[in-house]
Amino acid sequence: MTATHAIRAQFRGTIGKFALDAGFTAPAKGVTALFGPSGCGKTTVLRCIAGLLRINGVCEIDGEVWQDQNGAFLPTHKRPLGYVFQEASLFQHLSVRRNLLFGAPRHDSSGTKGAIVFDEVVELLGITRLLDRSPRNLSGGERQRVAIGRALLSQPKLLLMDEPLSALDRATKNEILPFLERLRDHLNLPVVYITHDIAEVERLADQMVLMEKGHVIGAGPLEDLQSDPSLPLATARDAAVSFEGVVQASEEAYGLVTLKLRGGVLTAPAPPAPVGERRRIRVIASDVSLTREAPGRSSILNVLPARIVSMKPLDTNEVVVVVALGSDGTGARLLSRMMRKSWGELGLAEGMSVYAQVKAVALAPGRGELG
Amino acid sequence: MKLTGLVAALVGFLTSLAAPVHADVTHVAVAANFTEPAKEIAALFKQKTGHEAVLIFGASGAFYTQITHSAPFEVFLSADAERPKMAVDNGYAVPDTLFTYAIGKLVLWSRVIDVTNGEAALKAGNFQKLSIANPVAAPYGTAAVETMKALGAYDALKPKIVQGNSIAQAFQFIDTRNAELGFVALSQLHGVTEGTRWEVPLKLHAPIFQDAVLLKTGANSEASKAFLAFLKGPEARAIIAKFGYVLELS
Amino acid sequence: MLGMPDEIWVPIKLTIELATISTLSLLVVATPLAWWLARSKAWFKEAAAAIVSLPMVLPPTVLGFYLLIALGPDGPGGLIASLWGARTLAFTFTGLVIGSILSSMPFVVQPIRNAFAAVGDRPLEVASTLRASPRRAFWTVALPLASPGLLTGAVLGFAHTVGEFGVILMIGGNIPGRTRVMSTAIFDFVETMRWREANLLAGGMVAFAFVVILAMTLLEKRFTRAGA
Repeated sequence: MTATHAIRAQFRGTIGKFALDAGFTAPAKGVTALFGPSGCGKTTVLRCIAGLLRINGVCEIDGEVWQDQNGAFLPTHKRPLGYVFQEASLFQHLSVRRNLLFGAPRHDSSGTKGAIVFDEVVELLGITRLLDRSPRNLSGGERQRVAIGRALLSQPKLLLMDEPLSALDRATKNEILPFLERLRDHLNLPVVYITHDIAEVERLADQMVLMEKGHVIGAGPLEDLQSDPSLPLATARDAAVSFEGVVQASEEAYGLVTLKLRGGVLTAPAPPAPVGERRRIRVIASDVSLTREAPGRSSILNVLPARIVSMKPLDTNEVVVVVALGSDGTGARLLSRMMRKSWGELGLAEGMSVYAQVKAVALAPGRGELG
Repeated sequence: MKLTGLVAALVGFLTSLAAPVHADVTHVAVAANFTEPAKEIAALFKQKTGHEAVLIFGASGAFYTQITHSAPFEVFLSADAERPKMAVDNGYAVPDTLFTYAIGKLVLWSRVIDVTNGEAALKAGNFQKLSIANPVAAPYGTAAVETMKALGAYDALKPKIVQGNSIAQAFQFIDTRNAELGFVALSQLHGVTEGTRWEVPLKLHAPIFQDAVLLKTGANSEASKAFLAFLKGPEARAIIAKFGYVLELS
Repeated sequence: MLGMPDEIWVPIKLTIELATISTLSLLVVATPLAWWLARSKAWFKEAAAAIVSLPMVLPPTVLGFYLLIALGPDGPGGLIASLWGARTLAFTFTGLVIGSILSSMPFVVQPIRNAFAAVGDRPLEVASTLRASPRRAFWTVALPLASPGLLTGAVLGFAHTVGEFGVILMIGGNIPGRTRVMSTAIFDFVETMRWREANLLAGGMVAFAFVVILAMTLLEKRFTRAGA
């Protein structure tokens, strides 16, 4: 990641009673999720990057300076960005087609390398049959897809999305997520994606920036942040870790799929999948228990050797333990949540070799599957 | 002027406290141009007789229309002779009570050019706008037109004429200097020192007889009849003359 | 014209001309003003709004009186008129247009201001993220979205000018063919008790204004429903 191929943003200031002091860098390709509880400042940061809000700071995209400490500030309409708001905000007085083309450059740029082409976008987002409709006659999900298309057709160098799915119901969300995944796979575009739903992060993001009360408290690959006990993700009641695995085999008769990860193998219920396909796996902390000796025959399918990395007590007489898979403890990290009493009685300690029993593994849907 | 009116009203009120037992009220519709003299006369009337004359000021044409629609006036002081005559002819006024209470004096007034020799100024025509009252609304307007015709200057002046819908408005046009000069009632220039004026010789236009009449609604009103009598009396006539009206045609 | 004598037809023609020109001028003047009122954060904004609304509460005679002074040789009107050798803007059609604009201004600014305020910040932010400069955003987003408000303002301004008696009476001078509009003509007919002509003009005026307002209101409803 060189300095000229990344997103660099740093802002510091007060808006009303809210104090912001946040900065992060992100790679020039892929989805970076901006994650945190409501009111932590995620939208503020995004608006600063967009130039919709102006406070002291620095903002550089792909070598272009949008804002610096010496007072330089490029107004929003001069920044080659795309912004998708939480509520689609389509122009009510224009048809879907004219909404889509509103920010498109005058001259036909479809010949340019890397240009985003109208027909492709419309197909990618499945909005072909909506083109001549008025925004009033669209459903929430359709509106949001048009909003995304509109942002893309302005040929942005950076796509900013502010909780684009939050205003939609679960069914619609699951309808749109595949479109977003397709977008991520097809586009050669950095995306900064705000959400407060960890499931969206798990499905879409490569990188995550974790925020709390106006500050960035962690940044990096998702699984690192999820398994870091100093961060609120690991200590949450529903803490989980998600990572990628490769399909090793399918047992169609039992409806199971086996995936290989760093340091181990996990079996999960799922329809058969082609060998070699990459799939996301999610393991919840309270579904993982630890044993000191290899357990005898058990109904739990997944028992993996691992090593304890660290332990953090929680205020509910529970503790959360970070274990790394593999007998050498160099594999993927899992979280295990247990009573403090158990930790004590088993005589567990950091560095110890143990066996992780994973009761349930959730597999994110594969390509072509509905969520 | 407002202050004297206020004082007069106050005096009237105080003296009314010492009025005879059967003091009466009469409602008098007064042509706008007669406002100031009417106020003085009413105050004196109150003092002398104890009766109260409530004055309502406005345009004679409007008053007539109201009278034909049962307006509660008992006495009508018009700016012309025509309306009171119509009131009698159409049965709204008591015959034999009609008389001329004042004869209007037309004046050419300017705050911009010297009109001391009015005839010469009109004929020279060195101005863009000449203000008159709308002839259909005020007899002073009609008289202004007659004057210009008598001087043989009407055709030349016609394109420069602007009309105010009342004599007060005609005055305003000249006072704000939007019109360089114009015809107003002499009574309007009472106490005004700015500008120059030319009193139009009475022979140049038909006399502006301002007539008064007792309306049917006031036929049995002692105060109303007393007011009209007072109006004919020497004290009232002195006030009328003071304000620039003519009392007799010589 | 249309079988009507000049004394009836010319005031009608003049009134329509006056109302049309005043309404169009009003839209041009009121729109930027309403935009500023809707979006500015200046501390004196509401004071400015109150001043604009004054003609709504002032009696026409008061407004007319101050206009007479302002249009005359002692005011800015006289200055402008001197450019072509005249002394005053009173008694001119231009003066009437100015008077109508000032007296109808609050009725036009208010609905347009409300319409702009209703547009809100979001559509303009969206437009800026789609490469639209503030100017382009105004013309292609804010104005179209606020257009029902502009239409309402135009209707109110037009109707108010047609019905405006007081101010015109004060500064017009009743010049036939120039400033003798319907209101002054009706006044004349009433004064001379020509009730037939008075009713004809007055009644015609009411009917005309009613038809115009109805038509524009229906158009506005269609406009707001369609939008695409």
